[in-house]
This record gives sequence, C-alpha cells and structure tokens, in this order.
Amino acid sequence: MATQTKLSVLEETRGGDGDGGNWGEGSRGRFGWDPGAALPVGLTGIWIAMASITMFFAAFTSAMVVRAGLGADWTRVALPHILYLNTAILLASSLTLELSKHCLKAGRAGQFSGWLFATAGLGIAFLAGQLDAWRELAARGVYLARNPACSFFYLLTAAHGIHLAGGLLALFYLVARHRRIAEGAIGGTALKVTTLYWHFMDILWLYLFLMLILWV
Amino acid sequence: MTPTHSQAIPRKAARGFLRKYVFSTDHQIIGKQYYFLALFSALVAMLLSWLMRVHLAWPRLAIPGLGELSAAGAPNGMMTPEYYLSLLTMHGTLMIFFVLTTAPQSGFGNCFLPAQIGADEMAFPRLNMLSFWLTFTSLGALLSSFWARGGPATSGWTAYPPLSGLGSITGPGEGWGQSLWIISIALFCVGSLLGALNFITTTLDLRARGMTLMRMPLTAWAWFVTAILMLLSFAVLLAACVLLMLDRAAGTSFFIPAGLIVSGQMIQGHQGGSPLLWEHLFWFFGHPEVYIAILPAMGLTSHLLSCFARKPVFGYRAMVWATIAIGFLGFLVWGHHMFVSGMNPYSAFAFSVLTVVIAVPSAVKTFNWLGTLWGGRLRLTTAMLFALGFVSIFVSGGLSGIFLAEPPVDVQLHATYFVVAHFHLVMGMAAMFGIFSGTYFWFPKMFGRMMNETLGKIHFILTFIGAYCVFMPMYFLGMAGNVRRYAQFVDPYLQPLMPLHRFITVAALGLGAAQMIFVFNLFGSLFGGEKAGENPWEATTLEWVAASAGKDLVVYRGAYEYAVPGKEKDYVMQNAPDASGSRAEKGARDGNAN
Repeated sequence: MATQTKLSVLEETRGGDGDGGNWGEGSRGRFGWDPGAALPVGLTGIWIAMASITMFFAAFTSAMVVRAGLGADWTRVALPHILYLNTAILLASSLTLELSKHCLKAGRAGQFSGWLFATAGLGIAFLAGQLDAWRELAARGVYLARNPACSFFYLLTAAHGIHLAGGLLALFYLVARHRRIAEGAIGGTALKVTTLYWHFMDILWLYLFLMLILWV
Repeated sequence: MTPTHSQAIPRKAARGFLRKYVFSTDHQIIGKQYYFLALFSALVAMLLSWLMRVHLAWPRLAIPGLGELSAAGAPNGMMTPEYYLSLLTMHGTLMIFFVLTTAPQSGFGNCFLPAQIGADEMAFPRLNMLSFWLTFTSLGALLSSFWARGGPATSGWTAYPPLSGLGSITGPGEGWGQSLWIISIALFCVGSLLGALNFITTTLDLRARGMTLMRMPLTAWAWFVTAILMLLSFAVLLAACVLLMLDRAAGTSFFIPAGLIVSGQMIQGHQGGSPLLWEHLFWFFGHPEVYIAILPAMGLTSHLLSCFARKPVFGYRAMVWATIAIGFLGFLVWGHHMFVSGMNPYSAFAFSVLTVVIAVPSAVKTFNWLGTLWGGRLRLTTAMLFALGFVSIFVSGGLSGIFLAEPPVDVQLHATYFVVAHFHLVMGMAAMFGIFSGTYFWFPKMFGRMMNETLGKIHFILTFIGAYCVFMPMYFLGMAGNVRRYAQFVDPYLQPLMPLHRFITVAALGLGAAQMIFVFNLFGSLFGGEKAGENPWEATTLEWVAASAGKDLVVYRGAYEYAVPGKEKDYVMQNAPDASGSRAEKGARDGNAN
C-alpha cells in the first residue's frame, strides 16, 4: 500500500524537471488537482495513515516473534472459537460496504443506505465478539500478565479494536448523513476514505489473526 | 506579533483572541507556537546542562536555589547522583524531542512548507492544531515530573529497561517520574505522527501549478523526507512505549527478565523478558530520529548558502537524492547503537558497513555545499554565518561518527565522552545552528521586522567559539577513557582530567550566557526591529512573493536561479514568467510545444 504511494511519488519525480521541462497543465501526475475541484487530500492522507499504522503493528508483531523465541515461559493459549465467527463477520462487513458503494454508483439510494447500515451493524458485532473472546479467556483465568503469549493476545486484539473503532466512528458519520450522500450532495471522498480504511482494518485483522494462530 | 504581515497570504480572519492565537488552525500561528515551545524547552534544557556541568567541575559546591527545586534530590543545593541522572534525562529528552524535533520541522516547517510550495494552508488544519496541543500536553506531562514524588526519570532519554521497567525500587525518579516520561513520549509520538501525515499530504497534494517535486526548495524536500521518517519511526516508538508501560503497570514481561536483584531485593512476578527487545525497538526509532533532527537543518543550509552566495545550489538533484538516501539508510543502521550489547559480530559487521555507507550521501552534501560557495559573492549576514557554522560543526561532529561506526573502536569509546562530543556536535549543535540560521533568515517573514545584525554577529561568534570550546575537548576526555553519565569523577585516574572539565564548564556557562544575546535580540526585534521589506534577502522562493501577486501562484522555474546571465537582477523568483532569457524558460516553452 505504502509502496504504491511511493511509486507514484517517484513517477512524478521523473516527470518533473529541475530545469522546468514541463510546468503546464497535466504535469501534476496522480496527485495533481484541478482548481475548483475537491482536493483529494483525504485519500492521500488515509494511505499515509495506513503506512504508519502498518509500522505500528509491524513493531508489535516483530516484538511478538522475538519474544516467543526467547524462552521456555511462552505457553500457548487455546484461542476462543468465536474469533473465527468474528473474522467471518468482519469479512462480510467489507463485502456489504462494497455493495453499498456499488448501489450508490448505480443510483439505488435505498439499497445504498441499507448496506451501509448493515456494515456499521456488522462492525459493532465484530467488536462485541472480540469482547466476548476476552470474557471467555478471563473466565478461563487467562489474564493479560499470565504469560507473554496472553499478553500479546490482549495487546494485538485491543490495538486492532481501537483502530477499528475509529473506522466505526467514520461509518457512523456516513450513516448519519446517508440521505445527503445518496442525493450526491456530500461525502463522496468521505465514503471512499472510509471504505479504504475499513478494508485495511479487515486485512490487518486477517494478518493479526494468522499471527495469533501461528504464535499464540 | 506586529501587524505588519504585509506579505502574508490573506485568509479568512479568525474570530476572537482564543481562536486566532491559541486554538488556531492557521499554519503560521501553529508554526510560531511550536517555535516558542521549542525556545522555552531549549532554555530549560540549557539551565539543566549548566547545573550538571557545574556539579561535574565542582562536585562539592552547593548550587544556590537547587535545594528549593528539589529538597530530596539536592539537599542544601548538593545534588545526589540520582538527581544528576534526572537532570541528564530531562536535558536529553527536552532537547531531542521538544527542541531538535520540534523547532526545525514542526516550527519552521509549519510556517514555511505551505508558503514555499504555494499552498495557502496545510492539508488538514484542524489536525494540525491537534498535533500542536498534543505536543504541548506532552511537554506539560514531562515537566510536571519535576514536582512528582521522587523527581524526574533517571534512565536517560533512551529509557532502557530493566531500570525503566520496574518502578521506584530502581531509584527515586523511576516511580512517577518514569511513568510521566512514558506518557509524555507516547503523546509526543501521536502528535508527531499526525504532524507527519499533514506534512506529507500537503507536499504531495497542495503544490502550486508548476511546482514539480524537482523544483521544490531543498528546505521543502528536507521537511518532506523528515516527515516520512517521522511517520514510520514514531509509530514504532509508540508501540515500544505501550509495551514498556504495560511492563510497569500491568505486570507483563516484555522487557523484564527473571531473577533480577535490585536494591538488595529479588524482583518477583517477571520472567523471560528481554531488555534487548526494547533496545531494538527504541533504536529503530532512535536512529531515524537523528536524521529527523538534522535533515531540516541540512536543507536550510543548502537553501541559505545558495541565497547568500548568490549562486544556484551546486548539484540540486544530487542534494535531493542524498537527502532521500540518508533518510532510507537511516532505517538500516540502528544496531550501531548496540555494539556493546553482546550482539553477534556478523550483525555488528553488517550494521557497521551500512553506517559507513551513510558517510557517502553526507559527503555528497558537504561537497555540494563547498561547491555552492566556490566563486560565490558571499553576503555574510548572520543567517549565512550560522549556515557556514553548520557546515563546520557538522564536519567536526560527523567525522567521529566514522570512528564510532567501527565495532572494535566503539567498544572502547562507547561509554566515554567521545560519544558525548560526537552527538552533541553533529546532532545537537549542528541542528541548533540550523535553528539559529532559520530564525535570522525567516524572522522578517514571521514577524514583519528585521533582527539586529550586529547583535546577531556577536551572538554567532560567541556561539561558534563556545560550541567548539565545550565539545571538542570532550573528544580528548573520551580518548583518555573518561566515562560518561557519571555524576562525579572521584576515581584517581580521572583527576588529571579535572582541569579540562573545569574549562568545559566555564565555556558552557559562557556559551549559555551568549544565548541571552539571542533571546534579547529576538524579543527586542519583535517589538522594536526595523520594518522588513517584502523580500529583504532577495531570495527566489515563494514565501517571499508579495501578497499583491494574488493567490493563484504559478511556478515557472527551479528554486535557485541566482546570477542568471542576462537578467536585470541577480535573482529570479520562482513565479516570475518572463519571455526571454534563462534555460528554464526555453525548456518550459519546448515542453509546451510538445
């Protein structure tokens, strides 16, 4: 994801010229803008934010791999089965969000709103499911500091949950304005940004879940 | 703030004092807020360094007033060794985070990145305001630890566990002080990440028509690359801070091994953690941080040498690629901070080679600075003097980095004043010279008035001589085996070095006193300086374009068109569209014809 942004930067670098080879319209590359049109800063911003969030989780997961290799105190945890259901719910939410976007493009306002509401509902269900996983572990007496594997389980799910809650807030923002978005009055960029971020949360969870299955 | 913002781009007037000057979303105001936050932090940090230096030179001297600041840390003005470490930690943390990261990037960058690329605001103004107030809160959290029970943290700006992970059993400042330190740095991380996001988006999306990346001033390039470093490295430090806090507060064992005996007590409840894991995470941030501090000053130096030598930057493209190369390599060399940690010699070798490779883009930059000066018609303004001073200090500090990059040499020198000399010159002093040159250069734009040049030159001479007197002797101390981080030098083998320590202390007091000239000049000029013209330095970049030029700037040329043959004046502004003359014009016309 970050690479794509970087490549575009390089592309534009080549397009530009210290001696002023091209300076007129059309020399701006992907990040150019037409005066008067809405600026795509939100889209650029979310790509950059995702690069940073990737580094944040890369730090956590690399710490986990290193810590797991350190000693005998790494005791594996039986993962709660509800995590599989949660994963399915999150995948479904990405699908409903895509459907929602598709319906907006096709001009089916009612369906657009319906799928959008469904996405937000599935997002809430995912977070509730994650909380349930915590409750199940706690009932088994598996707390944060019991052993390093549990620590990383709670750490990664909590960090992902907080980031996903941010995406959920963005979805609520869209839900609150769904009529005006359907009319095309506002929110084109907001919808794009939220969709991108929501899919990212999805992919991030798949990565984290895989790491949990392999190490925790 | 004088009302002479004649050159400022007109924008919607904010209502009320609070919205205009305190909770402002205006990038110029936010830039100034960052600048003054850094200035305040620098003065506090300098005061702390005075206290440390006086104590090192005259360990039996009671320092008046210190007993009032901390009755436990300095009973009757005599600081305890632990309190010395608290001062050391606060000095390092204030300088690295709140001065060297804040002033050149967030301060000057906020004021002038949008202006230089022809945007009238940052991409996300409200996020920008949030970044500043997070940084402000972070500073408050850090400084409040002076009044916390046990005083400030004692584990240095690197906060190595287990010292930093066990709580007050490891020392008076390791209770509340260390917790506040971690909270402060975590907040700083978030503020910096949001700031970096803003800088990158602004640079990519909001450049004026014709402002291709390869026409950007080297200052803008430096802010851009620095923002990328911040975006990727502060995320890792934030993660590390979360882990450290959990070790302290929630009883986890990420960094704390089993079987520790501290203050005569066996530590219970922790096992299996690795302090080395913290070191890797910390230095993965820590080394890019060095370049976060120095790259903006490098960009500014390139900018000023060109402007005041009245010549184009020698090798503009090489400068850009050297900046990118330094930023990239900066992520691959963190292990050279850990040569003495028991690292596998093969890893040390890899880190060593990569570290030495950084000398190449650094040397490219130095060569190009000299090339820019060669044959120029130098205008020795104060800003120019500080830029020249930067080159000198950067070389004096940077060369010793090649020594320290060799593991066998580093093993000998790592815990000595040689390292103190190295990083204070190449990172601390060099970046401070960058901040000073930026202040003298941009003050007319920021406040509409000129700073006093005579006072400025006195300030430069004293600072230049003072910096060398304080830090060069530390190389010799280090080679003589003088350990660092000690609160007192009582071992017999260090006694012959004490006269040199006293010399350094006197020089440090003088260097600090000379900064009062700067502070006096800054605030005096703020209210009583001579009114500045639209473009007092006859510079080419867009921040000096008159407001009357209107909002829709179009850029026709690169940033350094000085002394273009056949021109009436010896500089051409980036937005000047004239029909005849420069190579750039012809190129532009050819480009259009295609």
